[in-house]
Amino acid sequence: MFDAHDITLTVNGKPVRASVDARMNLADFLRKDLKLTGTHVGCEHGVCGACTVLVDGASVRSCLMLAVQADGRSIETIEGVAGAGELHPIQAALARHHGLQCGYCTPGVIMTLRELDHDRAGGTLSEDDIRAALSGNLCRCTGYQGMVDAALELFGPAAAP
Amino acid sequence: MKAPAFRYHAPRSIAEAVALMSTLENARVLAGGQSLMPMMNLRVAGPDHLVDLGRIAELNGIAEDEHGLRIGAMTSQRAIEKSLLVATICPLLAEAIAHVGHQQTRNRGTIGGSLCHLDPGAELPVVAAALDIMLTAAGPTGSREIAFRDFPADYLTSSLEPEEILTHIHVPRQPPRSGSAFLEFNRRPADFAILSVATTLTLDEAGRIARVAIAVGGASYRPMRLDAAEAALTGQLPNAEALADAAAIAGTLPCDGDDLYPADYKQDLCAVLVRRTLTIAASRAQENAHV
Ligand code: FES
Ligand code: FES
Repeated sequence: MFDAHDITLTVNGKPVRASVDARMNLADFLRKDLKLTGTHVGCEHGVCGACTVLVDGASVRSCLMLAVQADGRSIETIEGVAGAGELHPIQAALARHHGLQCGYCTPGVIMTLRELDHDRAGGTLSEDDIRAALSGNLCRCTGYQGMVDAALELFGPAAAP
Repeated sequence: MKAPAFRYHAPRSIAEAVALMSTLENARVLAGGQSLMPMMNLRVAGPDHLVDLGRIAELNGIAEDEHGLRIGAMTSQRAIEKSLLVATICPLLAEAIAHVGHQQTRNRGTIGGSLCHLDPGAELPVVAAALDIMLTAAGPTGSREIAFRDFPADYLTSSLEPEEILTHIHVPRQPPRSGSAFLEFNRRPADFAILSVATTLTLDEAGRIARVAIAVGGASYRPMRLDAAEAALTGQLPNAEALADAAAIAGTLPCDGDDLYPADYKQDLCAVLVRRTLTIAASRAQENAHV
């Protein structure tokens, strides 16, 4: 290693200690060191959103954050979303509405929707709100309508209690 | 690709960061990393040292002071977007920031990083130019104030010295009877703007334009103020004719063009966006005059 740093962080609720090279980005740390390969890497320069994870609850591009910058932070990846043997409601809604085809972008999409769900704090969202949030996640397959439909079912006016 | 090797430093204070920048060779400041990290991953930038400002608490936060807002350079764009204080005191900044990148990049991207990076397609420098914001920078001999007008030095280059660090942004409070508007044109929402316009104006008691500022991004390496259009509007009633005259002047702004977006195309965009922002800003100022 050229410039090693010791880091301590939480990943999907579990404490992690590691030594990382300064140049290693968070996506590669999750995938290669922690073997959490659910976080995908598309472009490696912040354009596609495939690598989106939550850092202290906020969606970020993990290809643009260094692993050393995650020291002391709490990370949530796609591996932390579902309960034991059960899909998370966002995952189930995406499946129902054909919101994925090859699935490459899906982990990033789900992390974006997780943040959106948290930020709405129980309120309802419009299709525009949902499209604005999803605009940072590129999908080469679906045309987005299925994702928007899934999010509208969960967060839209029809979902209001 | 992956970033080339570098050494990483995480100072805890402004003084420590300035000391590092003064002693290290080929060092770059890392703010939110939403421009620098892509440049490093693409191997367009290859600093030997990164000085990460992310652990310096005094660079983060939004506060109201006697002049308006004082924003720490490392405050995230997302925090500004969500801030009630910003929405109340500087609606122009609040309006523009929703156009900056995506939610996922605004969570990390900072106001100071964007102002220092000075991308011609970026929104925040245009707002800074329209509002005549002041900047505070810290260096080895103390701190100094810089008017944003004097800040851009060249393409993607600010006038900060290599060992200086931008620490705070001062956004002036707008007088009563003021209104503002931000519009940009691009092919997809959240892309860098092909052309963007930020306009703020203040009406006098008779409803005439007492003061107006129009800034254009995307025409040149730096945001341009439309001095001639501003002068023509001052003292006028903001009626359709006066705004159309100002738009015609805006359409003569010299613009850098390329094969995709030639200069005359940008000039047409400029005229249209200036007329629209003036119309919106004037009606907002009139609404504010009635409350
Ligand atoms: S891999 Fe990170 S944004 Fe594309
Ligand atoms: S489902 Fe294939 S890229 Fe989105």
